[in-house]
Amino acid sequence: MLQKVYDWVDERLDITPLWRDIADHEVPEHVNPAHHFSAFVYCFGGLTFFVVVIQILSGMFLTMYYVPDIIHAYESVYYLQNEVTHGMIVRGMHHWGASLVIVMMFLHTLRVFFTGSYKKPRELNWVVGVLLFFVILGLGFTGYLLPWDMKAYFATVVGLEIAEAAPVVGEFAKILLAGGEVIGAQTLARFFAIHVFFLPGALLGLLGAHFFMIRKQGISGPL
Amino acid sequence: MSEKNHRVSRRQFLTYTLTGVGGFMAAGMLAPMVRMALDPALEASGGAEFVSVGLSEDDLSEEPQRVDFNVEIVDGWYTSEQSRSAWVFLYEGEILALSPTCTHLGCTVNFGTNEEYPDQFFCPCHFGRFERDGTNIPGTPPTRPLDVYDVEVRDGMIYLGQINQRG
Repeated sequence: MLQKVYDWVDERLDITPLWRDIADHEVPEHVNPAHHFSAFVYCFGGLTFFVVVIQILSGMFLTMYYVPDIIHAYESVYYLQNEVTHGMIVRGMHHWGASLVIVMMFLHTLRVFFTGSYKKPRELNWVVGVLLFFVILGLGFTGYLLPWDMKAYFATVVGLEIAEAAPVVGEFAKILLAGGEVIGAQTLARFFAIHVFFLPGALLGLLGAHFFMIRKQGISGPL
Repeated sequence: MSEKNHRVSRRQFLTYTLTGVGGFMAAGMLAPMVRMALDPALEASGGAEFVSVGLSEDDLSEEPQRVDFNVEIVDGWYTSEQSRSAWVFLYEGEILALSPTCTHLGCTVNFGTNEEYPDQFFCPCHFGRFERDGTNIPGTPPTRPLDVYDVEVRDGMIYLGQINQRG
């Protein structure tokens, strides 16, 4: 049945070469854990992406209940956590997944560093990777405020004071991030927008560039 | 099935196992999320609480009188008061509390405001009319009788509950 649907579409649109280009590629022996078990370190990049996919999916579902408003934000989180069936699981996935992304990304960075994979001709991909690192950190920072509880609020107060400590542009950066002098209603709305629209957009664009480059250049050779 | 049909190529075996395991993982990931999204539709709706309308049994007559009262609406994490109205009167010895929402398109009906039909409920939007007991009059737009409130009398006071459809 599925085969027939596929054939029907393929006959008209010739989609086979499209996914073949993406799916068919060599997996060299030195990165295949079936040959050398220690090659599992090459999985960290893929695992980071896997957790990012979980973050995007669970985040999408969380926004069905969450409202970025200082009066109702905490109540809506409390409601989705305690009243909605499986809400606790979905929020748990997003909460723990957030830390896991950072861990996986760090391990991936270590692997790339110690295998020397950042060297010519792959310098650009390292640069994009560092940008991805900052985007992920930004997602963690902005997401932390959203539950609007004491921990969230004062973590953001500290975070914004760190921004303020920067020379020359510090005060400007703080007011820009907080959306005004007060850390409150506008800060929450702003962090929500950054967390669910701006940074994920940047993340997807950078990931596209990251993956395009690794496919174009191939995986780095054995040590 | 012949022996031949049982032969599975290495490629087929890998396809089956990988899609199987992948599908299982995807399902495990998506199941809680989908259940969470479906929650409002699957949650059993609790019946409305009975609310006093500030009217005693002795205040009632055969003449429909309009009462306005507030009910507490719990909407997820937001609780609010909303105003409700009812036409309360005695009909054949029973207390009848009709919802003023026209069953045609949801305008608000009044009693006896149409001079030609002083003993009927009248909706000004499309001239829908209802008998005193709420039955819709054939030939006017409404297709079913006015909804009724559950009525309870506690210590001589009138309490109204859930709104029920008739017909």
